Amino acid sequence: MRVMAQLAMVMNLDKCIGCHTCSVTCKQAWTNRTGMEYVWFNNVETRPGLGYPRRWQDQAEWEGGWVRKANGRLTLAAGGRMKKLLNIFSNPKLPSIDDYYEPWTYDYETLLNSPQQQQFPVARPLSLISGKPMNVTWSANWDDDLGGAREYGPKDPMIKGIEDKVKFEFEQTFMFYLPRICEHCLNPACAASCPSGAIYKRSEDGIVLVDQERCRGWRMCISGCPYKKVYFNHKTGKAEKCTFCYPRVEVGIPTVCSETCVGRLRYIGLMLYDADAVLDAASVENDQDLFAAQRGVFLDPEDPAVQREAERAGIPGDWIEAARKSPVKRLIMDYQVALPLHPEYRTMPMVWYIPPLSPVVDVVKETGHDAESQANLFAAIDTLRIPVEYLANLFTAGDVAPVNEVLKKLAAMRSYMRDINLGRDGNADIPATVGMGEEEMYEMFRLLAIAKYADRY
Amino acid sequence: MTDTGFDSPLADALVGTRRFFTKAQVSDDKRSMYVAGGRSGDSFYRDRWSHDKVVRSTHGVNCTGSCSWKVYVKDGIITWEAQQTDYPSAGADKPEYEPRGCPRGASFSWYTYSPTRIRYPYVRGVLLEMYRAAKQAVGGDPVVAWASIVQDPDKAARYKSARGKGGLVRSSWEEVVELVAAAHVYTVKRWGPDRIAGFSPIPAMSPVSYASGARFLELVGAPMLSFYDWYADLPNASPQMFGDQTDVPESGDWWDAGYLMMWGSNVPLTRTPDAHWMTEARYRGQKVIAVSPDYAENVKFADEWVACNPGADGALAMAMGHVLLKEFFADSQVDFFVDYNRKFTDLPMLVTLEEGENGWEQGKYVVAGDLDVPEKDSENAMWKTAVLDQRTGQVAIPNGSVGYRYGEEGWGKWNLDLGDIEPALSVYDTRDDAVLVRFPRFDADGGSVVFETRGVPVKRIGDRVVTTVLDLMLAHYNIAREGLPGDWATSYEDADAVNTPAWAERITAVPASQIIRLAREWTHNAIDTGGRGMILFGAGINHWFHADQIYRAMLVLTTITGCQGRNGGGWAHYVGQEKIRPIMGFQHMAFALDWHRPPRHMNQTAYWYVNTSQYRYDTFTADDLDMGTGVFAGKGVMDLLALSVRLGWTPSYPTFNRSSLALADEAKAAGMEPVPYVVEQLKSGELKFAVEDPEAEENFPRILSLWRSNLFGSSAKGNEYFLKHLLGTDNAVTASQAPADKRPDGIVWPEQVPEGKLDLLTTLDFRMTSSTLFSDVVLPAATWYEKHDLSTTDMHPFVHSFNPAIAPPWQSKSDWDSWKEIAKKFSELAVDHLGTRTDVVAKPLWHDTPEALATVHGSVRDWRTGEVEPVPGKTLPVLAVAERDYTAVYDKMTSVGPLMEKVGMLTKGVPYDVQRETEILRQRNGTQRGGAGDGQPKLDTAIHVADAILHFSGTANGHLATLGFKNVEKRTGTQLHDLSAEHEGKQITFADTQIQPVPVITSPEWSGSESGGRRYAPFTINIERLKPFHTVSGRQQFYLDHDWMQGMGETLPVYRPPLNMTMLFGETPLGEKTELGVSVRYLTPHNKWSIHSEYQDNLFMLSLSRGGQTIWMSDRDADKVGIKDNDWVEAVNRNGVVAARAIVSHRMPEGTVYMHHAQDRLIDVPLTETNGRRGGIHNSLTRIMIKPSHIIGGYGQFAYFFNYIGPTGNNRDEVTMIRKRTAPVRYN
Repeated sequence: MRVMAQLAMVMNLDKCIGCHTCSVTCKQAWTNRTGMEYVWFNNVETRPGLGYPRRWQDQAEWEGGWVRKANGRLTLAAGGRMKKLLNIFSNPKLPSIDDYYEPWTYDYETLLNSPQQQQFPVARPLSLISGKPMNVTWSANWDDDLGGAREYGPKDPMIKGIEDKVKFEFEQTFMFYLPRICEHCLNPACAASCPSGAIYKRSEDGIVLVDQERCRGWRMCISGCPYKKVYFNHKTGKAEKCTFCYPRVEVGIPTVCSETCVGRLRYIGLMLYDADAVLDAASVENDQDLFAAQRGVFLDPEDPAVQREAERAGIPGDWIEAARKSPVKRLIMDYQVALPLHPEYRTMPMVWYIPPLSPVVDVVKETGHDAESQANLFAAIDTLRIPVEYLANLFTAGDVAPVNEVLKKLAAMRSYMRDINLGRDGNADIPATVGMGEEEMYEMFRLLAIAKYADRY
Repeated sequence: MTDTGFDSPLADALVGTRRFFTKAQVSDDKRSMYVAGGRSGDSFYRDRWSHDKVVRSTHGVNCTGSCSWKVYVKDGIITWEAQQTDYPSAGADKPEYEPRGCPRGASFSWYTYSPTRIRYPYVRGVLLEMYRAAKQAVGGDPVVAWASIVQDPDKAARYKSARGKGGLVRSSWEEVVELVAAAHVYTVKRWGPDRIAGFSPIPAMSPVSYASGARFLELVGAPMLSFYDWYADLPNASPQMFGDQTDVPESGDWWDAGYLMMWGSNVPLTRTPDAHWMTEARYRGQKVIAVSPDYAENVKFADEWVACNPGADGALAMAMGHVLLKEFFADSQVDFFVDYNRKFTDLPMLVTLEEGENGWEQGKYVVAGDLDVPEKDSENAMWKTAVLDQRTGQVAIPNGSVGYRYGEEGWGKWNLDLGDIEPALSVYDTRDDAVLVRFPRFDADGGSVVFETRGVPVKRIGDRVVTTVLDLMLAHYNIAREGLPGDWATSYEDADAVNTPAWAERITAVPASQIIRLAREWTHNAIDTGGRGMILFGAGINHWFHADQIYRAMLVLTTITGCQGRNGGGWAHYVGQEKIRPIMGFQHMAFALDWHRPPRHMNQTAYWYVNTSQYRYDTFTADDLDMGTGVFAGKGVMDLLALSVRLGWTPSYPTFNRSSLALADEAKAAGMEPVPYVVEQLKSGELKFAVEDPEAEENFPRILSLWRSNLFGSSAKGNEYFLKHLLGTDNAVTASQAPADKRPDGIVWPEQVPEGKLDLLTTLDFRMTSSTLFSDVVLPAATWYEKHDLSTTDMHPFVHSFNPAIAPPWQSKSDWDSWKEIAKKFSELAVDHLGTRTDVVAKPLWHDTPEALATVHGSVRDWRTGEVEPVPGKTLPVLAVAERDYTAVYDKMTSVGPLMEKVGMLTKGVPYDVQRETEILRQRNGTQRGGAGDGQPKLDTAIHVADAILHFSGTANGHLATLGFKNVEKRTGTQLHDLSAEHEGKQITFADTQIQPVPVITSPEWSGSESGGRRYAPFTINIERLKPFHTVSGRQQFYLDHDWMQGMGETLPVYRPPLNMTMLFGETPLGEKTELGVSVRYLTPHNKWSIHSEYQDNLFMLSLSRGGQTIWMSDRDADKVGIKDNDWVEAVNRNGVVAARAIVSHRMPEGTVYMHHAQDRLIDVPLTETNGRRGGIHNSLTRIMIKPSHIIGGYGQFAYFFNYIGPTGNNRDEVTMIRKRTAPVRYN
């Protein structure tokens, strides 16, 4: 056992309102500068939809992340390291600027400076790349709130295989939001892809960074990252990425995206894990076992043996304490309501998500039954407006069972709390159906609903 | 697994060697490289994060968020902003307010240094040249120079027709201020002060900035234009039913609800900082419902999506009411509901039924003066409503009606304590008889009226046939009771019977079974939780012409189930509702009530309806709006407005067709006092109201100033009519004027309609907008990160501050400083041209004063026709006289005037003695030396004004709140002052708000209580302390018996469909396809990327959206006319043209398009293929439509106050043709 500490994040998608405040505050703080106009370290995608860059999840096209070879060894999907070295001067697997978007501005000055003329003046869009007038046809958030729509939805890679379950018709509309930052993976493909050794993982907190002095701009990291969360700065010629706001977290304040999250859905905390176990876990044969395998890598900070090993590994006492109190640990390990994004990429991502529950009662409305009864709720989950298969494609390599477990816990929590809200005694049978105790369920409720600042970070 | 590893042994070896060439530590499995310490390669991010200071501020216009922000400054430059997280706690067992904010607010700092920033003063070049030349020609007097331009029709036409077409040139502050001041002086002198107007939107989010121009203009005698009604955000149902403008729960109170319906309110988008309360309350077991025509953002969170057809919400609410009333009021009774309604609603109030030529009609409230009861001859006997006491079987007159609110006899009796009286909700069991009463329904095609008769149980009191409001309601809602005659709904499935669930299904597309279930769930929840059911009302239901009826139907649901006045219960109207928590201090400072009373307050909808000549395009009569009950037969809407004006119901500026200063001079010359002189002149017909001849030049509005406002790019309903008639520039109006048989007959109707009525348009702003584009003068304003001000909202109980992160850059100034400059120059120029003048001020009969008792039984009598005598304050507006020393305007603006100590303050009918407070303010702000304000507290700086606002309000000054409650106690006889006593010694100062958001104090200025740290919910004081509502009955009123309400068929809530634009204006019927495209409903909901704290031109928001004007439409409509996503489209109707790009999604319902609100014409708008001119804004396709019932006045809660009641600038009933653009896209 080799204990290491990792800063991690959980986002509760059930609370995300899709407001993009996180994107804007992050952009303002970090990427609002020349060469980075098209870059959003944090972006929010409406799902179903194409995402940013367009169809980033289509690894058949982009070849990001790792694949497990027949011999059980991992290799970068874009090709082994030999291939990387041989192809270093021509990297064909890069999203083009059109896949991100051509950033633009406007000739705003015209509004004030126009001489007297025939028409009311207007500010036209100008490309920030060429400086010339342009037509805006795509952006980092083009399909916002469309719910997919006929034109874009069917091209969502997550629809593949469940086309019969997703109809882009008024009556069947559904959507939810997926905010994304760098995953700060335990097994980062970007780092492994870098021929210059410029990408590293900070030993004390696991934040993945690009050394701006060492980066030579090969862009292999951009190909290697299956989440497409490493970006190329067109001015400096170097790669840049989300830094988990290390200048902030180092002094004890949360990342910009978290602290400014109006939905109050982001949790930051420390996870202890066994660094020696990562590669084995990332190499399990079946894609659908990966998420459980990753959970198996995490160490219980309550375990005296883990504490001892952590101390031996040089992890300070207050960090171990932080790991014990970590809300992220509670959500991932204790309540088991958070799931990783695309475990099948085998990078062991460390930004996890609670899948969205609602709307749920919608589907039982025709029955005339008490929609809050947990029996009805559980039945309803199988026919959610958001197809559970879609969520499974995002979080569990297509296995619907773990997603269902989480949704049932959320539904049970609502059902259990209804009694308490009405001044009645809580019904212990309800948490029991999802394998939880009353106290545990109440604590989960407090963490998810009341979610005080001090409890989120 | 033993053979894990990478690639192949060769690769392993190669990669492995890297370990020897780096100082970094490579993991044993060579998977990752770790580095500790050093990291010079990443110092860039540390540098980027470093900053010099963080300043607290917020965002200042129209945003209910009122979020506190951290503004980061580095090297004297604002870098970015992020939310503050230091709000006081909402409680240990509740979520917190932090981190309030949204992406719009988060990108505001872009404006500071943006290329659209206005850095210097600008003037329209052609006007500036004329002004400079004129000044030279007339020997240097700026006032004479201005006169020489505007009096010359050619010159005037030249600069007016150039409006909006570029050609702004830089000038100096000195020159611009002189020009603006000269124009004001000239206009006061030539036409009178009420030909000047100012508009600045909702003050709650920067009351000092609002007060700047408002204080100046009110001192001059110029009206301020309202905003709440103009935005169509004012729900007239609120004054109608509660006698209150609007009072709503803070968002933290959503948490307390057991059942939450979001009805036309897309919370994540429009109430972004508050939405978390909804998502989190679900975890508490709250059930959440979304009623929305499209799959809006909030639907994602709802347990159920109720996909109601646009504008059909009233039918849904009526059907829910049908189920609720039938099952819980007719078929069975619930004690909780019975108790509540006896005390707090008018359900038991008696109503007289009148037998007319067509049968029995719903009549007037029975009042003490009608009856042989002991109170018959008491004071205000005609204003005391009656009930039937079920203990005695006799009529009783309970306390609490408006008759007890005024006069000597009512002391201690204006309360809801029923004493021994047990009011009967129904007379069904004790009825003497049952009569068939006529009830209107409007659900026929086109919305015309059909009457049905249904039986109502009655009692006979002498000759009088009476019943209760509940009995009327049951019949009106079509709920059969054994033994009552008439044609009744046979079941919930009876689709032909009005108000049944099956009937509603046909109109709303919501399944009847869902309606029934929702009604039952709602009711059971109310019983289970003691009234903790809440409905969030939104713009989706409030912006319709008949929104008051939709609201009333919904308020039935929240009220009869005992949910109003509860934490976690009742209505939560979230449409532009902005709570200036320290409202009393604000009103007195902003409207200069410390110097002159009354102020001139104008309802803006009527102002523009008249002054942009939109009434000329009413190709229908007022009788088409009541849909044929005949009450308005032969009248135009303008006739009704003129009547409302001359009876003193609604304000009207310019008031008379002569200057209000000249009238005083004439009176003097005639040897009369001004008021009797004006009355005599009116009576004789010598003097007319300006509204009776609006196209005559003496009645034009001459000067308009905008600050914190983009009227021409945003709120101007009928935008193109503004451009045509007000500004005199290019426009896209193609509508026809009314044919001879549809014209109002009571006003002058010249054949020629003037264009370019306005002489001077001034805008103060920090960015370019349509308003600055069209302005003659543009002044550079400080942004929200460059000045001091206050911020409050309904949505949280705090007051917090704006503070300058940097000084106003370039030549920009704060609004307060800019208006001070103008006031100073104005005062100087006034020495030669104005001096001291007497001003005759006409003001409407005010709510919360005895003036509201002008119209007994709401029976309308017109002095013009000789039915009554013209009496100021009764059958005429109140006429008051003001002495205005125009040379002292600046002195008055910058000091607190003497009326505070001499007269005190009055807010919502509650008096306050403020001698002590004025003295404290002298010490806090310092004392003015010399001039008109000698010895008075200073108002030199924005902080002075902020401190005055806070100190003169009970919400920030515990002593005042307690004093106010003690004064109310005298009237109510119930205990109240303990509500604020816990904070009696607390005085919130501006300095306090700079440190942290500060919780406010419970005050009589509002109806709810924060005492003891509870979340704010409205009407809790009424319910818990038996304080009456400010209505005629003193109760929450379902029944409205004014003549016009009867004539409109709206005594009780009734479903009225959206206006039929084909019938009224000849627009293509909905759904029809022609060579011009397909006809669709045209709605303008709020835009995710440009609402409230933010505007559409911000580059961050444009980058996250489609980067220009867009129209959302369904794929089904798009298919009909061959439109694909991002295609250029044109939307055209008689009002104007929009050239935008399409967003096509299946989340939109067929038959309806959305052009989101506030999409200005500045960003990427091409020339249209329709007329070759620049495309319009979202309001280019709308126009003003006045609903007659909104201009009722002089009757209880139907009495005017600023932004309290009035015609709404509703905009949802419009339709348009939409088609794909075929001509190439050109910009010039």
